[in-house]
Amino acid sequence: MSQLNLDQGQIDRARESARRIAHRVFDDMSQYTTTTVERATLRLMGVDGVDDNQIPLPNRLVAHLQEQKLLAHGAASVVAGAMAEHALTAQQVAEAVAAGKLVLARPKHDKAARQSAEAIAAKMCEHIAAQRAVRSQQIDKVGEARTPWLYLIVATGNIFEDIVQARAAAEQGADIVAVIRSTGQSLLDYVPYGATTEGFGGTYATQENFRLMRAALDEVGAKIGRYIRLTNYCSGLCMPEIAAMGAMERLDMMLNDSMYGIIFRDINMKRTFIDQFFSRMVNAYAGIIINTGEDNYLTTADAFDAAHTVLASQLINEQFAYISGLKPDQMGLGHAFEINPDLENGFLWEVAHAQLVRQVFPEACLKYMPPTKHMTGNIFRGHIQDALFNVVSTLTGQNIHLLGMMTEAIHTPFIQDRFLAIQNAKYVFGTMRDLHDEVEFKAGGRIESRAQQVLAETVGILADIEKIGLPAAIGRGTFADISRTMDGGKGLDGVIAKSPDYYNPFPDLMLAGAN
Amino acid sequence: MSADMSKHLTLHTSETVAENRVEPNFVKPYGDTMNDGRVQLSFTLPVALDENAKEAARQLALEMGFDEPAVVHAEDMGQGFSFYVLYGQCKHRVDLSRIKVAKPEFETLDKDAINALIAEKMGRKMVVVGACIETDAHTVGIDAIMNMKGYNGHKGLESYHEVRAINMGAQVDSEELVARAIEEQADVILVSQVVTQKNIHLDNLTRLSDLLEAEGIRDRVILVVGGPRISHELAKELGYDAGFGTKSYAEDVASFAINEWIKRHTA
Ligand code: B12
Repeated sequence: MSQLNLDQGQIDRARESARRIAHRVFDDMSQYTTTTVERATLRLMGVDGVDDNQIPLPNRLVAHLQEQKLLAHGAASVVAGAMAEHALTAQQVAEAVAAGKLVLARPKHDKAARQSAEAIAAKMCEHIAAQRAVRSQQIDKVGEARTPWLYLIVATGNIFEDIVQARAAAEQGADIVAVIRSTGQSLLDYVPYGATTEGFGGTYATQENFRLMRAALDEVGAKIGRYIRLTNYCSGLCMPEIAAMGAMERLDMMLNDSMYGIIFRDINMKRTFIDQFFSRMVNAYAGIIINTGEDNYLTTADAFDAAHTVLASQLINEQFAYISGLKPDQMGLGHAFEINPDLENGFLWEVAHAQLVRQVFPEACLKYMPPTKHMTGNIFRGHIQDALFNVVSTLTGQNIHLLGMMTEAIHTPFIQDRFLAIQNAKYVFGTMRDLHDEVEFKAGGRIESRAQQVLAETVGILADIEKIGLPAAIGRGTFADISRTMDGGKGLDGVIAKSPDYYNPFPDLMLAGAN
Repeated sequence: MSADMSKHLTLHTSETVAENRVEPNFVKPYGDTMNDGRVQLSFTLPVALDENAKEAARQLALEMGFDEPAVVHAEDMGQGFSFYVLYGQCKHRVDLSRIKVAKPEFETLDKDAINALIAEKMGRKMVVVGACIETDAHTVGIDAIMNMKGYNGHKGLESYHEVRAINMGAQVDSEELVARAIEEQADVILVSQVVTQKNIHLDNLTRLSDLLEAEGIRDRVILVVGGPRISHELAKELGYDAGFGTKSYAEDVASFAINEWIKRHTA
């Protein structure tokens, strides 16, 4: 489709503001690590499993390091030192510590300990790189769908039931399957272990569940001749650990926002900013596409009035993503079709917003969310709302297309809800495949003017945020009309100031190798 | 959808009044001719599509009380599932004159009238404490009722100068809510429950009312629950004073609250 006439100077200015905003946060936070960053590091060094009380060994080991006042040096070299000294694997060190048979201390030979930590880390990086290669090979072999990719959720609470639903969804046409997480997992300060069958409104994210679902999707993908992408939630108090598990088990996408946890889960700001950096770095290295959560703003704020906050947040998310080594095609920046259906010309404004985002991020793998807030018990009208959403998605060239369910206001999807949603999307995508090539925006028309207006407001709000800094802006309720403070929220106790000799082998290895 | 509807019907018919006999007023679904009973229905069967499965769908509709059911659409969904759309004629009818749906009894006033009534009858501000309790994080509903901005052009309780509105937000433990209600000497407690999966809302709401009983303040507060799947009937069953569903606004709750306060204080 012809492009909207937008002022490139404004786009550049907005992006520059966002860059400075993100870098300032990153610089302020780089003096800290967190308990979950260290646990993720241990997982990546091979520590897994739980003790008799179902407490994960990475938690036991990190708690021990905290007691011994060693965590500020970084878990990696301390554990590598113990491995060398006692001729144990990382897992055996964790088991011995959990059994009370081993008390850790600073390594006798710090340099040697670092070197061996680096060697272990390099091996894990090889494994993750190999998983990345498997993904490419499979896509070459079985092929992949055209965009917009159809994204469906499963949420039974039981991984084995999820697998049944996911296979059916793939056979019906889903390109991406997301396993919704159990309510409340984001606030657990550990990752549950093993296959799980008793989630609530979703299924626990565990490494074993990742593995089971991956195998099922590979199998059905081979059968139907399409690589099926697997998605989970890299958010909450254990972002870095989930990233590590997903990288090991070849997930393809992760919900991984730089601010969602702060705003919607009341997780501490420092904690989130530190954790998002590490988790995104792992995702970048693993070739995982992240999804950001700006669409959520529009469930609490008004989609028309707050359109510029979505674009501003996407620009900030983009800059945080660059810092972690993510490439534009790994950035599933989120936005949504959430304008009140009663608003006259609302559809025009939806086109304007979606096309604006497309043009500001031409290479990004945009994630477009369906109507949710204004869905009602009238499922017949809902099906039409979803159809209109499908039109905007194909017309403006979105990449990741979350399927809207006509029963959105009632329950988590039944199998036929998904079935009908896929038919709806396929119909619209097929019958309008090349429409975007055939129509042009009227210069100076309503759609173009609206996009220009939102862009101008975005430049303004980013300039304001830059003046006061991101934490203060969040404090003022800039995003989603929700306000948070630097020292409020959950998980602050897991934020630890690094000592000058802090060491972690992964940033050097992963940031260099993300290309 | 259809399961939901039938649940409502049984709920309502059980609420019949045996006394005063009135003329029966039977009602059944309407398609294009009075009493044709035409109904549409759709569902999934966990079997692959074949002629037997299609016949099973038809027979199920018979069992559900449809005359002449017709499977108008049947489609295989893969993985051993199939989808059906049916039309049929509902055999059953219901006597409207015997139905009495529980409703909170009050007249909805406008904001000025509510403020005036509070000022006149209470002689002080009405204290309202609200929260979305336990695991539920859906605050938009309670915000719509309580916050300044309100919803759909209906201002929230914060904008009422005779109301002191305290909105505690999302995922508030019942303990916390009760403690705050005691501290603020609340006249009214508003709770919101949106997630109803596995009937979690019933557990949460029972927990809160038990706690209020245990603290000995249940009788001192007007206890109100709201949410898209909440009815007044359900609220009463759970021991609440009122329940509000979709499309309720601040003036509805406030009118009920002042009405209830007056009733309690003049009795
Ligand atoms: C926005 C939203 C969210 C946002 C919430 C943001 C926030 N701060 O509130 C986010 C993204 C965080 C979210 C998360 C989840 N959500 Co949600 N969400 C919705 C959505 C899209 C809209 C709800 C809404 O805001 N409605 C607008 C308000 C104004 O309407 P309302 O709540 O009905 O309120 C009105 C009345 O009911 C009444 N009222 C409400 N409360 C009260 C209280 C009192 C005292 C009174 C008098 C009146 C009253 O007055 C209000 C104004 O008229 C619905 C789908 C839908 N369209 O309904 C799903 C929905 C409610 N979510 C659902 C679920 C399952 C979840 C999740 C578990 C996972 C998921 N599937 O997304 C998580 C869990 C979060 C948690 N721990 O609770 C399900 C619930 C299914 C069920 N029946 O149990 C729904 C129906 C979607 C679905 N089909 O899966 N969600």
